[in-house]
Amino acid sequence: MAVSILHRVTGVALSFAGLAILTWWLFAMSSGAEAYDSFKGLATSPVGLVVLIGITWSFFQHLLSGIRHLVMDTGAAFELGINKTFAILTIIGSIALTAALWFYLLGAAK
Amino acid sequence: MSRGESATPLGVVRGLGSAHHGGEHWLTERVTSLALLFLGTWFIASLLLLPKLDQRTLIEWLHAPSGAIPMALLVVIGFRHALDGMKVVIDDYVHEEGSRFALNLLMLFLAVGGGAIALFALARIAFGAVA
Repeated sequence: MAVSILHRVTGVALSFAGLAILTWWLFAMSSGAEAYDSFKGLATSPVGLVVLIGITWSFFQHLLSGIRHLVMDTGAAFELGINKTFAILTIIGSIALTAALWFYLLGAAK
Repeated sequence: MSRGESATPLGVVRGLGSAHHGGEHWLTERVTSLALLFLGTWFIASLLLLPKLDQRTLIEWLHAPSGAIPMALLVVIGFRHALDGMKVVIDDYVHEEGSRFALNLLMLFLAVGGGAIALFALARIAFGAVA
């Protein structure tokens, strides 16, 4: 139940914030050094990092709970125990993947 | 409803009700989700495999067909999947017909407009000179 709502919330976040940032990133990249520097300045500011990490977590959560929904579309994993374990695994997985990715990215930026 | 419950013989065969359609949206959402599973993995893997994440390296990445083509697919399928997903959310929570229609129309304009901006930027990188 909670993971199902999370799937919607993260989907809405990705639809607006995620795609807006992707579009802005591509546009800044194509508009020369000055435009890209101002994007980079905002993206790497404390607020920018919180937003980007939030979007990264939304991406992994939506991806993993999306896989869960595709499995359930086939009629599988409706048993209470398996269903709950699968739901919890999507949350553990999304946090682990987000942490691993940003640990690498922040390390590579130094 | 299972196929056998349809009222007419043709309906039984095709598994469709009197509207003769309606499953496309549901199915499209699943097909685009599968595509985005691959494209999203490609996107994250690419960022991890690039030697640096400065503007020059990123432009070289998206200037090459191996970067530009999957990115174009990610943009188009990403906006399409967002539009389909937002329709489900809007149809579930907005019950007044006029508002529902207006919001779905707004989402369509946002998705097509946003997709056009992203594709234009990508085209400028892909077909432009590498800085």
